[in-house]
Amino acid sequence: MSITVRKFDAVIVGAGGAGLRAAIQLSESGYKTAVITKVFPTRSHTVAAQGGVAASLGNSEEDHWHWHMYDTVKGSDWLGDQDAIEFMCKKANECVIELEHYGMPFDRTDAGKIYQRPFGGHMSNFGEKPVARSCAAADRTGHAMLHAMYQRNIKASTQFFVEWMALDLVRDDEGEVLGVTAMDMETGEIVVFHAKATIFATGGAGRICYSSTNAFINTGDGLGMAARAGIPLEDMEFWQFHPTGVAGAGVLNTEGVRGEGGILRNSQGERFMERYAPNAKDLASRDVVSRAITTEINEGRGCGPNKDFVLLDISHLDPATIMKRLPGIREIAIQFAGVDCIREPIPVVPTAHYQMGGIPTNYNGQVVVPGKRSQNEIVPGFYAAGECACASVHGANRLGTNSLLDLLVFGKSAGESAVEQLKQSPKAHKELPPGEIDRALARVDRLNSQKDGASVHETQLEMRRTMQKHAGVFRFADLLKQGVAKILDVQKDVQRTEIRDKSKVFNTARIEALELENLIEVAVATMVSAEARKESRGAHVRDDAPDTEEFPNGRDDRNWLKHSLWYKDGNRLDYKSVKLTPLTVETIALKKRAY
Amino acid sequence: MTTRTLQFKIYRYDPDKDRKPWMQDISVEVDGTDRKLLDALVKLKAVDDAISFRRSCREGVCGSDALNINGKNGLACLTDLSSFPEGKPIVLRPLPGLPVIRDLIVDMTQFFKQYHSIKPYLINNDPPPERERLQSPEDREELDGLYECILCACCSTSCPSFWWNPDKFVGPAGLLAAYRFIADTRDQATSERLDNLEDPYRLFRCHTIMNCVDVCPKGLNPTLAIGKIKAMMVKRAI
Amino acid sequence: MNRIVTGAHYGLKDWLVQRITAIVMALYSLFIGAALLAGVSGYDGWRALMAQGFVRFFTFLFIVSLCWHAWIGVRDIWMDYVKPAGIRLALHSLTAVALVGYAGWAIQVIWRL
Repeated sequence: MSITVRKFDAVIVGAGGAGLRAAIQLSESGYKTAVITKVFPTRSHTVAAQGGVAASLGNSEEDHWHWHMYDTVKGSDWLGDQDAIEFMCKKANECVIELEHYGMPFDRTDAGKIYQRPFGGHMSNFGEKPVARSCAAADRTGHAMLHAMYQRNIKASTQFFVEWMALDLVRDDEGEVLGVTAMDMETGEIVVFHAKATIFATGGAGRICYSSTNAFINTGDGLGMAARAGIPLEDMEFWQFHPTGVAGAGVLNTEGVRGEGGILRNSQGERFMERYAPNAKDLASRDVVSRAITTEINEGRGCGPNKDFVLLDISHLDPATIMKRLPGIREIAIQFAGVDCIREPIPVVPTAHYQMGGIPTNYNGQVVVPGKRSQNEIVPGFYAAGECACASVHGANRLGTNSLLDLLVFGKSAGESAVEQLKQSPKAHKELPPGEIDRALARVDRLNSQKDGASVHETQLEMRRTMQKHAGVFRFADLLKQGVAKILDVQKDVQRTEIRDKSKVFNTARIEALELENLIEVAVATMVSAEARKESRGAHVRDDAPDTEEFPNGRDDRNWLKHSLWYKDGNRLDYKSVKLTPLTVETIALKKRAY
Repeated sequence: MTTRTLQFKIYRYDPDKDRKPWMQDISVEVDGTDRKLLDALVKLKAVDDAISFRRSCREGVCGSDALNINGKNGLACLTDLSSFPEGKPIVLRPLPGLPVIRDLIVDMTQFFKQYHSIKPYLINNDPPPERERLQSPEDREELDGLYECILCACCSTSCPSFWWNPDKFVGPAGLLAAYRFIADTRDQATSERLDNLEDPYRLFRCHTIMNCVDVCPKGLNPTLAIGKIKAMMVKRAI
Repeated sequence: MNRIVTGAHYGLKDWLVQRITAIVMALYSLFIGAALLAGVSGYDGWRALMAQGFVRFFTFLFIVSLCWHAWIGVRDIWMDYVKPAGIRLALHSLTAVALVGYAGWAIQVIWRL
């Protein structure tokens, strides 16, 4: 079967924040760039980010990138690479200012500067007290940002392939990445996007969990493609549960609610965070707050008839402030919780939200894998940025507002690195290896011809239930062990899914089946990595690694201060060391994490 | 948990096998955890995996799942199942006025073409300053009710003027975006933007029917924005 | 090639004209209403009213406004519903001829008074 090949200098997969930021870099440098996206760019999940983007602009009080760096390292429970964290925190101001110049409608201070609000885990003077660092456009920061970047791309005449789904990486014998195969969803046609530089910005895979704040499209496509192409996935055991998803619906309520003065209360009306984080209280970092809420519920102090949620209260705030700073939250509360938060508190529970791990990269956005010469050998022609990548700046737990910053800084640096590579690349494209393209075709053929297979709907439900039960907010050694066996069983079903709809035209059943093949790679990587990590760190907290004098918070730095690397081939794990040396400043020394 | 059965009439058309569109009668059982129309649609897809529709964020910010629901445009993820009367089938059709690709999925090329035609990006030719361009909170407030548009196309596809001239009338969504940049104190291209709309079709095909205001799932008011553009043109002309 | 060309630069003028002519027509309607309330009736009554220069002028203004207003409205309808350029041009011409004819006829009626 002959297959169309289209040549570009660079191909970017994903048109969320990271993909659009990288695309600006490439298009404005004049390179022929294709952006492949499953959904129209402004439908990407960056649009749902609410609270803000971190930058130490210091617009309302003194701030410094070094303090931001300290908070991020501490938030990561020291698993973050300190060189990448320094890079990100230093670049934050420049990237946010650029966005403002693109036209992003930030809220303003009385002096006309970008408005900033406090956010969980962001403190001044190395952890002293909360600081206003989150640059916000009401509670629609992600929406404002994504639209501003899409608009900038229109100006730069970026070429978008909208409603195309990338299927697999094209990688040659030398390990170099030469583009992707992708399917036009409208016609079912499969095309090879042959490129000198390939940037993955495919976002997260929150859909592995039963209850998630994530969009339907967050199916870890980039991670699945990378894993199938032999690239390991880093730190996949670390998943952030957002403390305040709307109970039942899972829809996100930004931490900005607490930044503006919101308070969490249990069934006795107690502000329970004072017990768990005497200093930062409701603005402690997300893993801490999520565990506190789960503990309150487990100990019988949850609210409602089933005592299965707590309350997020802002009814003491001035209604004008709510309407000005949190209008989207009020809409969400009315739509999905049936309460008007001006008068009543919102029922919330911790909900799966963000994947700290991903495709391993350095701070230039280049994908790195262990090789003969070093633990971090560059994969030529391959870049990743945003939630699908692991730079690693979030380590074991991400701070709120650092995700939007991550996609700006690393979207840009991945774009810059690709531009540098293209400047030095020969004019002609490297030849495509013939066998590589068959991998994607084989997956589609298998789906078309599968008989007596498993239902996609049932299989994905089973996967999500398994992840929820066996790898939740608190993790238990025996449940993790069972979870590994269970998720491998689900994986067998994923390999034999069947669809009844065989149409070539906009076949969403086929897309969902292909997405499930990506999700399951992420689910297996998560379960296997989590089972293996025998300590508690950040968002990964095990019952058999409790808080002791020897192991504060259950953290075991002697044995586990290292990144996990999961390989699909053989379902095996490897480890690499954490970079504790920053670029210019001194190492932020290990210590017990408390807020 | 209480369950109830919902009856649907759904517009179906797969050009790969159907000679013409048809209406499918189908029902699905929903329980208390299914609050929104999108929840029911996802369950329907488990029954018949060929039913095709777009969806993404399921919380009304991405704008994917705009449909014609019982004759009125809206987002499936923001439409309460409890708002439907008992005993009557829920009629779902694709957004009117745009070509159908398949089932509930329409070809939005024309809609986005109009959006792109108003140059939806900030134009400021001064060299960018080191820091942010300053804007007072009052000036920033001018953008409220404008920048929140999610490009779902509920408004433009409910507008008769857009139905008749989708190739020439910008439509409420595009005009709202045009005013968003006109109203931005940081933008310097106001005159060009007004010139770009000075035409019997592009702006002035709005006859203030206000269907756009009626259906906007974000509660925005394109008609008001259009009125402000017209007022600016008059002011400029005299 | 089928390029869509817009930017005819008479959108604002026509829109303004429709608003202004509508105001003239509304005022004239009020004036006629007031005349009715004031008890103007019968051929002689109306004739006496119309004999005044101001009323004649106002009526003339009304007729011009009505025709101009109708021209824009009817032309818009042809533009919306009739796509072939030849037929549309013919309809435009017919409309223009008819409206000019009506206006001439009405003016003739007034000035013959």
